[in-house]
Amino acid sequence: MIDWAWLLDHAGAIAGRTGQHLFLAAMAVAIGFAISFGLAIWSVRQRIVAPPITALAGILYTIPSLAVFSALVSITGITLVTVEIPLVMYTLVILVRNIVAGLDAAGPDVIEAAEGMGYTRGERLWRVELPLGIPLIVAGIRLASVSTIGLVTITATLGDSFGGLGYFILTGYHLHFPTEMYAGAIPSILLAIAVDLILVRVGRILTPWAPAGLGGGETPV
Amino acid sequence: MNLVGAIVAWLSDPVHWAGPNGIPARLGEHVAISSASLVIALAIALPIGLLIGHTGRGAGLAINASNLGRALPSLAAIAIVYPVTAAIDPQWGFYVAPTLVAMVVLAIPPILVNAYAGIQGIDRELSGSARGMGLRERQILFSVELPIALPVVVGGIRSAAVQIVATATLGAIFGFGGLGRYLVDGVAQNDDGQVFGGVVLVAGLAILTELGFGLLERLLTSPGLARPGRTSGEASAA
Repeated sequence: MIDWAWLLDHAGAIAGRTGQHLFLAAMAVAIGFAISFGLAIWSVRQRIVAPPITALAGILYTIPSLAVFSALVSITGITLVTVEIPLVMYTLVILVRNIVAGLDAAGPDVIEAAEGMGYTRGERLWRVELPLGIPLIVAGIRLASVSTIGLVTITATLGDSFGGLGYFILTGYHLHFPTEMYAGAIPSILLAIAVDLILVRVGRILTPWAPAGLGGGETPV
Repeated sequence: MNLVGAIVAWLSDPVHWAGPNGIPARLGEHVAISSASLVIALAIALPIGLLIGHTGRGAGLAINASNLGRALPSLAAIAIVYPVTAAIDPQWGFYVAPTLVAMVVLAIPPILVNAYAGIQGIDRELSGSARGMGLRERQILFSVELPIALPVVVGGIRSAAVQIVATATLGAIFGFGGLGRYLVDGVAQNDDGQVFGGVVLVAGLAILTELGFGLLERLLTSPGLARPGRTSGEASAA
């Protein structure tokens, strides 16, 4: 069922598409993180904005990705913008929730101690709340990265210039060629798992004080 | 705005409400395949999740399997199943089976993890005192633990259902019907009315699914647990 010769011939193309896949996903998670970080700090400082932000992000998250990609095609054309808007949109709900939970992870006694030591609000955020929130924030980045890597495959519906490994899935389907479908599907799963494992390590390196085995933290469903 | 006009025109054209490509037929296909895969996923994931939560045995294995399931892109899930089912049954195997199997595989992790986490998170003293009162294990699970864990369990079913509705949409890429047809065909035919009509229908169905299960979650929360300040439905799996 698997045409190994084809795979050997196309090893370079598969590597290239893997690179594109990572690039599209990394860009979305980076932009999503920047937006979410701002929204999370706003929610923590002014509790009243938290419920509407979470509700809106939750509703956006519910809309199936194919619908958003299809809708954007006629507005922003077949461009990188059309690819990135939905990818960024889907990271928001996961990232905002986990960054807020991370910033809240420092208990009231810790905050009080920081205030007693004369920290200003900004210092407290960068030197107390943020470091203590790293496990939960990294857990959010892991979840967002894995789901974004999955969604990048769907961008293949926007044409050959995008899609990362999803390109092989769609081309293989149109050509009735299972090998090519697997050449897209299996590396995209491995990529998600590899990125997840790397981020677990990054979380551990960022929190040297945490007991071993706790680096990843909780991943809310 | 002409976009709204195009959507209204497309949705109100009686041609789009009749026949095998009409909205009722496509909606029916979408809901039918979604319900079928949700029922199959429930039948597999719910007993396993509840049992693991109750006994604590096999938790690591279940959580790892579920995390692996989460790393599975939905399009990749369809792509992996597709050649196999197409080879087994050229008729159904092309249109229904790949989407259905992928939907079941993707729906299992959230149901299983939340069922496990909901039961596992209950205060051990509660089940301990139930055991002391002479309840059997089955009774403890179904009359003590499950009612308390129900909001969390239903929360998992809710995320599974939303995921299923989205994956059914993707099935259109691989020849399945459902509401995703309008998106795929609309883009291919450069027909904005069809695309945006499809977007409204697909998004509407997904949001209704989310809200419907959210309501169910609230209705199934035991009044004793529904105290203010208690959040339900969010489970965490380490």
